[in-house]
Amino acid sequence: MVLITKAPDVFAVSDMSSYGTHILGSAAQIPIGEGRRFEIGGMAIAVFRSRQGRVYATQAECPHRAGPLADGLLGGEALVCPLHNFRFDVGTGEPLGNDCPALHTYPVSVNEAGEILVAISGS
Amino acid sequence: MMNASEKQKLVVIGNGMAGARFVEEMVNLGGQDTYDIAVIGEESCGNYNRILLSGVLSGSHHAEDIFINPLEWYAENNVTLHSGVRAIGIDRKGKMAYGSGGLLLPYDKLVIATGSSAFVPPMDGLYDDDGDFKKGAFVFRTLDDCAAIIDHAEGARKAAVIGGGLLGLEAARGLMNRGMEVDVVHLMGWLMETQLDSLSGQLLQQSLEELGVRFHLEKLTTAVLGEDRVTGLQFKDGDTLDCDLVVMSAGIRPNVDLARMAGLHVRRGILVNDGLTCRNDQDIYAIGECAEHRSQVYGLVAPLWEQARVLAERLTERNADSAYVGSRISTKLKVMGVELAVAGSKDPLDDDDEVVTYVEPNRNVYKKVIVRDGKVTGAILLGDGLTMPRILQAFDRGEALPENRSELLFPLAADAGPSLNVEDMPDDAQICNCNGVTKGRIIAAVDGGCRSLKAVCDATRAGTGCGSCKMQVQAVLELAADGLVADDPSAHYYVPGIPLTKPELVGAIKAMELRSVSRVFEALAGGREDAGSKQGLASLLRTIWGAEYEDERDARFINDRVHANIQNDGTFSVVPRIYGGVTTPDQLRRIADAAEKYEARMVKITGGQRIDLLGIPKEHLPAVWQEVGMPSGHAYTKAFRTCKTCVGTEFCRFGVGDSTKLGVQIEQRFQGIESPHKMKLAVSGCPRNCAESTTKDVGATAIEGGKWEVYIGGAAGSRVRKGDVLCVTDTHDETLLIMGRFMQYYRENARYLERTYDFVERTGIERLRQILVEDCEGICDRLDQDMQAAVDAYQDPWLEAGDPVHPNQFVTTPAELTAPAAAAR
Repeated sequence: MVLITKAPDVFAVSDMSSYGTHILGSAAQIPIGEGRRFEIGGMAIAVFRSRQGRVYATQAECPHRAGPLADGLLGGEALVCPLHNFRFDVGTGEPLGNDCPALHTYPVSVNEAGEILVAISGS
Repeated sequence: MMNASEKQKLVVIGNGMAGARFVEEMVNLGGQDTYDIAVIGEESCGNYNRILLSGVLSGSHHAEDIFINPLEWYAENNVTLHSGVRAIGIDRKGKMAYGSGGLLLPYDKLVIATGSSAFVPPMDGLYDDDGDFKKGAFVFRTLDDCAAIIDHAEGARKAAVIGGGLLGLEAARGLMNRGMEVDVVHLMGWLMETQLDSLSGQLLQQSLEELGVRFHLEKLTTAVLGEDRVTGLQFKDGDTLDCDLVVMSAGIRPNVDLARMAGLHVRRGILVNDGLTCRNDQDIYAIGECAEHRSQVYGLVAPLWEQARVLAERLTERNADSAYVGSRISTKLKVMGVELAVAGSKDPLDDDDEVVTYVEPNRNVYKKVIVRDGKVTGAILLGDGLTMPRILQAFDRGEALPENRSELLFPLAADAGPSLNVEDMPDDAQICNCNGVTKGRIIAAVDGGCRSLKAVCDATRAGTGCGSCKMQVQAVLELAADGLVADDPSAHYYVPGIPLTKPELVGAIKAMELRSVSRVFEALAGGREDAGSKQGLASLLRTIWGAEYEDERDARFINDRVHANIQNDGTFSVVPRIYGGVTTPDQLRRIADAAEKYEARMVKITGGQRIDLLGIPKEHLPAVWQEVGMPSGHAYTKAFRTCKTCVGTEFCRFGVGDSTKLGVQIEQRFQGIESPHKMKLAVSGCPRNCAESTTKDVGATAIEGGKWEVYIGGAAGSRVRKGDVLCVTDTHDETLLIMGRFMQYYRENARYLERTYDFVERTGIERLRQILVEDCEGICDRLDQDMQAAVDAYQDPWLEAGDPVHPNQFVTTPAELTAPAAAAR
């Protein structure tokens, strides 16, 4: 369980109801190697489940043209946006070989029950 | 990572173009995990670009501009550089390298990259009493030579250059730019005789004379005149020439003394095998101008770099089997501003060689291509930069030439594409029109260290859209890179993440029975998944294994996961299959109902004669498909797309063939057949060609007599190309058979994302006719069977509407409610 002690930051949280740690339901909702969009309170995030058994969470839309990142292609640590093939490091959010701003990422894990836990705070 | 003590010791003798490049490759490939690297460099500075010495001599470059790796680079990368140290001996028994000043370096592996030095012809009066060159006499090999020449040129007026080869002419240019009168003295009958034939040598001379250089051919210099400084040259025929500076540039000799003293096998250069290993010592390697491989000693930068890469791959075991098999030498030169390209042999080698020449003495233009077995084996191109890229490419890749050779020497205006003359463009000129990348941005990337086309494209996104500007990007790269353009080996890989060409990859996949994308990564990429390789692998595996392919949906692009084309707002488009573009009122009613019910934001007739419903959210895709009750039109994937038709004999007054019927048959047979890139087809009922069959990937046009002309490799997109006639057929069945045979061959042999028009050009239409019509390889039956199997395996992907592969296949936001963790506990 991830404990959040940091003060909320309005940067990523448009609605105070999304602040905190959330259970997003079973990890099996996400086909292996793919991503899906989740809505938490007033905000949306994209959660990915890699073939290597890891999970990642980023902002839902790309900073370039608001492309749906959950529809992106995941390979290793790279996430490829479905609209213009811009790449990001899915773990850190850093752009790979392009000038896009970094993606916001969120601490995420899977608990013993196979559920996805994500912690929403500020930046 | 090993401890320092466990690492092997790698010593490199030579810090020039080859040695330094090798060290750079080692660093890039992680060689320092296994080796401690030490370099012995005779010059007291870091590594610089020797090609640009003439620029320093002419004043266009400062010495500091031409450094590739300054001294700090070595420190930053943990490479020990012993600069200003001359290697003086190798103790092979004790495995030690000795340097001047008492340096002693033990080694496990030793790389010799000592390069070459200027050949100084025997002449009286060249040396002073101390055994140094007489004041005013120089060779031209190093930055120090350059500095000494520049220093002496200050007080000099007349310069002579001994040697009319490439280096000599470069030196002449440099001296001209310093305001000196320049005479070039050459022993042979024409300039650059190793690269040029006599006519091109004469035309080059004519071009350079127009620039003010004087030439003295067939002159043997016997003495350097002058008491304590150079005042002139004496020739064997009795003539003399006044000068107060002389540069000797009469050729180079490999530096092999060190190797010879160490007992290594040396002929002209140090003898190495395909592993670049010395014949009689498995722990010593030689690369660059000092090495002799298969009787060749190379003096151009490209082969040196290739050797550096191969050796680094071997030593790091990135690819321990990597082999150097020799280089096909082609090079573009600028001799005093005159454009020149040479490749392979300059003269025909036997009577069967075909020689194609074009000479225009008035403009000093000369083009000569030597053809053997339909391929370029040699070329000389003087004074015409525009034809160079295509001919050099045909040479480098061994491509089949057009039957009409003039197409090669004089590209048609329509085929020439965007201008390759990028030199005169301003920096803000847009090169890549898809991503808005300017010439200045590309130059900045090159200055920032990108040396290959792939590196430039990755860094700037230029050429990553439609790709039609890649030749221009390459031209800017060559302009900005000052001769240091590298061939990126990954450009030849089928996918970037696995270092194998397509035939190698196919061989490995079959031999190891790899049926899924993740298995390929495990077996061939050390388990490293690469996003950019997944789609290409999925396409290839499906072609290889057909029904036995183990489909992994995450290897697919989103379009292929949901069988629809993603739009700029994240919604999708739905294009039902309308065979041959022939529909019915009932289909139209169902499409209209679906469009209304699911609120399509636009209903559009496509360029391929289909109906497109745009703005459909992912969740609604299955319902829309079920509502229209038609199969997928595959308008979202790399596969057979559409077959456009005109009405032909059914209604048209001019029709001579039943084009709608054939179009429907084609589409029913090949719908959904996956391929390296999309395939758009058309059938026209007469040569008026209303369905535009001649600019399709595959097309058919009816001609009188009940026959069909089958076209392949046409294009009317980012490139425009008229297709080639593969053959003429008599029946619909025969047309279907030959089209399928070509498509199967394309599926098996094209690179991923290579359109048919590039594939047909690369392979050559004559070759394709031999294989697919004359069956010269005896594979036609097999191709037909494999295509039939692919046709039989076809399944409409829209059937997944009622039977999704995962409950959330068409779900954007999973339905399970999300809850704050505290509430759930």
